[in-house]
Amino acid sequence: MEQDVLLQATDLTKYFPVTKGLVLQKIVGWVQAVDHINFTIPRGKTLALVGESGCGKTTTAKLILRLERPTTGQIQLENSDVHTIEGDELKQYHTDVQAVFQDPWSSLSPRMRVRDIISEALVVNQKVQKQEAYDRVDYLLTAVGLRTQQATLYPHEFSGGQRQRLALAAALVGNPKLICLDEPVSALDVSIQAQIMNLLKDLQDTFNVGYLLVAHNLATVRYLAHEVAVMYLGEIVEQAETNELYDNTLHPYTKALFSAALTANPDSQREEIILRGEVPSPINPPSGCRFHVRCPYAMDICSEQIPERKEMAPGHFVNCHLY
Amino acid sequence: MTTTGQPDIYQEPEKNIGDVVLDVKDLRTYLYTRWGITKAVDGLNFQVRQGETLGIVGESGCGKSMTALTLLRLAPKPAARIVSGEIWLDGENILERPEGEMRFVRGQKISMILQDPMTSLNPVFTIGNQMVEALGMYYQEEQTKGLRARAVDILRRMGVAAPDRRIHDFPHQMSGGMKQRVVGAMAIAGTPRVLICDEPTTALDVTIQAQYLRLLKQVQAESGVSIIFITHDMGVVAKMCDRVLVMYAGRVVEQGEIRTLFRNPSHPYTKALMASVPSMEEKHVDKLYSIEGQPPALFDLPVGCRFANRCEFATDKCIEAYPPSFGNEQGHTADCWLLESEAQWSKVAEAAA
Repeated sequence: MEQDVLLQATDLTKYFPVTKGLVLQKIVGWVQAVDHINFTIPRGKTLALVGESGCGKTTTAKLILRLERPTTGQIQLENSDVHTIEGDELKQYHTDVQAVFQDPWSSLSPRMRVRDIISEALVVNQKVQKQEAYDRVDYLLTAVGLRTQQATLYPHEFSGGQRQRLALAAALVGNPKLICLDEPVSALDVSIQAQIMNLLKDLQDTFNVGYLLVAHNLATVRYLAHEVAVMYLGEIVEQAETNELYDNTLHPYTKALFSAALTANPDSQREEIILRGEVPSPINPPSGCRFHVRCPYAMDICSEQIPERKEMAPGHFVNCHLY
Repeated sequence: MTTTGQPDIYQEPEKNIGDVVLDVKDLRTYLYTRWGITKAVDGLNFQVRQGETLGIVGESGCGKSMTALTLLRLAPKPAARIVSGEIWLDGENILERPEGEMRFVRGQKISMILQDPMTSLNPVFTIGNQMVEALGMYYQEEQTKGLRARAVDILRRMGVAAPDRRIHDFPHQMSGGMKQRVVGAMAIAGTPRVLICDEPTTALDVTIQAQYLRLLKQVQAESGVSIIFITHDMGVVAKMCDRVLVMYAGRVVEQGEIRTLFRNPSHPYTKALMASVPSMEEKHVDKLYSIEGQPPALFDLPVGCRFANRCEFATDKCIEAYPPSFGNEQGHTADCWLLESEAQWSKVAEAAA
């Protein structure tokens, strides 16, 4: 099936230098935060990145937002290389790609009125007249489930869930093509989480916007994502369409990760796999398959050779020597 | 490295549930603020048995954490006052103790693990120093050397690798999961009867959360400590608890044994709360259920059922009077007028004032 590709990351790598000394900084190693990953986000769809902290999820999102430059590899948004564009094209890019963060208390300026927060990007980047921008604000406030009369309030007058709605409205102001959602619901209450998740889906349908979802709650991911990539120590170890992945986990790490997630069912008979040890340091990751030191199925080959990406079912990729 | 070719599967430790350790009767903690009297905890009754884990669930602002602080008599003064109630811990009503003696209760009879380990640890002292200070309180005749040995031993029990070296670390040198283990170690150092865990795993990764929960269960199996687990995560409740209290606007609206409550949630609020959690095991549903509206302000509570304004099934009766508790044979109770007409439910307690 040919899909309309919105964003494509090819061989994307980000290494951070580890330095020693205060003045003459000597590079003593590299943190391999993201290591040769490939993925695509189709237009109007959601790709989720899951994995433990330090696995490179957020770095990937930062690379897309141009907050970091990749060491190698490239990201293409509709065939233009994200990290080489300049000038007006770059301004357009910053309108096209937006972000919503975890904590709605720190992502909104406390000293600006809601309508100014939401319209700021439009006024600055697109040179839109204030009145026109405010009309857009009114439309967006309704779209995210708030009232237009609330446009003149300040952020502190809103609850956590409402603030996350405001953050979404601000992200949507320039008709973006992609929004990076970094843990968009995990700071909210359970009942509010459901509201925001429903809203995210509705907005995707209305605005045909793609999402890059970074989350660690696997139930949230299952509900929101069309495709999921599981990351471990900077690498994507398994990637598939959401239901295919949840019903048919292949990689031993994915199995362990999914078995650790809890279900709201005391009768659940799922087995809980215990992983030995801790996540190794990304400065000196293990040779071969990075998971082999903790893998219950590790073979000799796993420590020697980096596993190839194999397609086990249509669209279901796994990097593991078992297959 | 030894490879078995098989993953290690977790085995549940055996549970022994004994007599009642903590008995809370009609507990009310009000906060006197300039907006009025905020009824944060309003008429709480529950018991915890030895070795049992009791879950308290509910949204933010429903009184979960204020309950925990009240049990330790740490509710913020002067705003918070315990207006009425009794807290019977180990056969003694701790509300009658003079304030100065509470330090012998906290830590040794009842202690607490908070959500963010950094709020419990001092960043400028090593783990060892902080643990020795706490342990010195419990073992007053012992020398520092002996206390250090005890600290190492407790850290080992909490699953800290190489505790004799980690004891010299500062909190910032440890990962989140490791810090939470240290906090856990300090909480169990005084061999308390009751351990209150206020969202201890919310800030942790799923895998680390699973490890930490296994550890708590193991500690419980070894020491027989009772755990009060405060959380809003239904998955954690299902995994950890033997019984659950569902709180809404300062009151317990439903309580019961974990399996009966999850199979048969009877209060509309509990039902709504459960329906709003997406499942990992099921395919996409079209739309998640979400509870409309906001919980009532705790300083301006309605006379009737506190959930009535958000409840799909609310009738005039719900708005006029607070419902009494209805119970069934499984010891499952819920405060809801809807149960009045159902055969298996009978009135077990009059409506709280």
